[in-house]
Amino acid sequence: METEIKEPVIVIKDLVKAFGDKKVLDGFNLTVEKGSNVVILGKSGSGKSVLIKCIIGLLQSDSGSILVFKGNISQMNEDELDQARSKIGFLFQSNALYDSMTIRENLEFPLLRHWVDITKEEVERLVNEALENVDLLHTMDMMPSELSGGMLKRVALARTMILRPEVILYDEPTTGLDPVTSREIENLILKLQKKNHSSSIIISHDMNCVKNTADLVVLLLEGKCYTKGTYEELKQSTDENIKQFFE
Amino acid sequence: MSLVIRFKNFLDETGNIARFTARFFSVGIKPRYENKELFNQCYIIGYRSLPLVGLTAFIMGLVLTMQLRPSLVDYGVESQLPVMVGLAIVREIGPVITALIFAGKIGSSIGAELGSMKVTEQIDAMTVSGIKPFKYLVATRVLATTLMLPLLTILGDAISLFGAYLGVNIRSVTSFDLFFLQVFKSLDFSDVLPAIIKTLFFGFAVGIVGCYKGFNSTKGTQGVGISANSAVVLSSVMIFIIDLLAVQITELMGLN
Repeated sequence: METEIKEPVIVIKDLVKAFGDKKVLDGFNLTVEKGSNVVILGKSGSGKSVLIKCIIGLLQSDSGSILVFKGNISQMNEDELDQARSKIGFLFQSNALYDSMTIRENLEFPLLRHWVDITKEEVERLVNEALENVDLLHTMDMMPSELSGGMLKRVALARTMILRPEVILYDEPTTGLDPVTSREIENLILKLQKKNHSSSIIISHDMNCVKNTADLVVLLLEGKCYTKGTYEELKQSTDENIKQFFE
Repeated sequence: MSLVIRFKNFLDETGNIARFTARFFSVGIKPRYENKELFNQCYIIGYRSLPLVGLTAFIMGLVLTMQLRPSLVDYGVESQLPVMVGLAIVREIGPVITALIFAGKIGSSIGAELGSMKVTEQIDAMTVSGIKPFKYLVATRVLATTLMLPLLTILGDAISLFGAYLGVNIRSVTSFDLFFLQVFKSLDFSDVLPAIIKTLFFGFAVGIVGCYKGFNSTKGTQGVGISANSAVVLSSVMIFIIDLLAVQITELMGLN
């Protein structure tokens, strides 16, 4: 039987990140292949968010390498990082929408910064398309404070997708949402991923989200990749450290 | 907290503010310029502060005149009231009081706004979108405070002098022309220019301190409150320190 070899988009090798004496990541390794969804599972405070912040260059790792499209994030200068970030989307746990701007302005903002020569008509078209994708076209001229938690998450997702990133990092995309809205967000993640052929790393505690979105589940324990496998493989495990997440 | 630790923290904070200021000059003033945001901030910081600055300046001019009159009457120099009030307002009270009001209104609002953006990850969201938050948020606000405070001070001085004119007319009758003729006759460029130049530094201090406190805000919503509060306190102290230095410099230059 032939196995399809997919191109790796993110390769993390021996990543170490400490805060004071506490090593949050201690030799973490991971490869994300093109088109796949990798879910990072771990307890609160285990360093999941630190990991994706290192990937996007919001935090500087102490040692090890993070290769994103073959460029080492830890060794890039600011301009190179900006260039790399244009291919990476990041959905914040808190949504991080600019609360002084309307929804339209929130979506236009990254577009106008990244694509300096873009026309007004093109901006309008892309904003409309992004909001249509998340069924929130009617909120275009509303302020973020006027929207519900689920709507905010969908707008944040639309903003993340508007630059058509090739890799998307999700920081707990369903935390704080009710089960129905969580399901909607999971479906949107999958729908938009299919549409844009992107790869993603999803940080989550929500086992429904893990089950529905993961091609590969990685358990982060004591700063290392403790184990990895499909959802079903890990669910069958008798290891106490793995079992506790599925009970 | 021991005195040594407090002193070390003070030195740390001073060093961090100095680094933040150096970053403004190295990063903030290089192209690409955020002109749209700069004009927006000038509007918010300048135009929207005008009612408060105007009201306080008016009351200040009126009250100062009413408080000075009895002493001048005692010495038989009541006719010098416009001169005294004019000099006091233009040289010292106008710039300092306007800067303090400005620090209270704008310093706190910048500290709270950037602090809240920091704790809700909006600043990180800008970074990951390839936008330079220091240039977009800090440089524009610092430039706007530096440019707007001198203009507000000039307007505040004018309103304050009008208040003083009304104050003079409460107990006696002086024409508008005579009052302002006396005021302007007593003023030199050496009174006006240093006073306006120092407001550039006051404005810069308010902007830098507000942005520094907001940009380095931590500890969630409590941290936002602390940022706003400490931005006002520190920028007010900075205003007095700069004023003290300005007086010494103008004296050394023989402008007093």
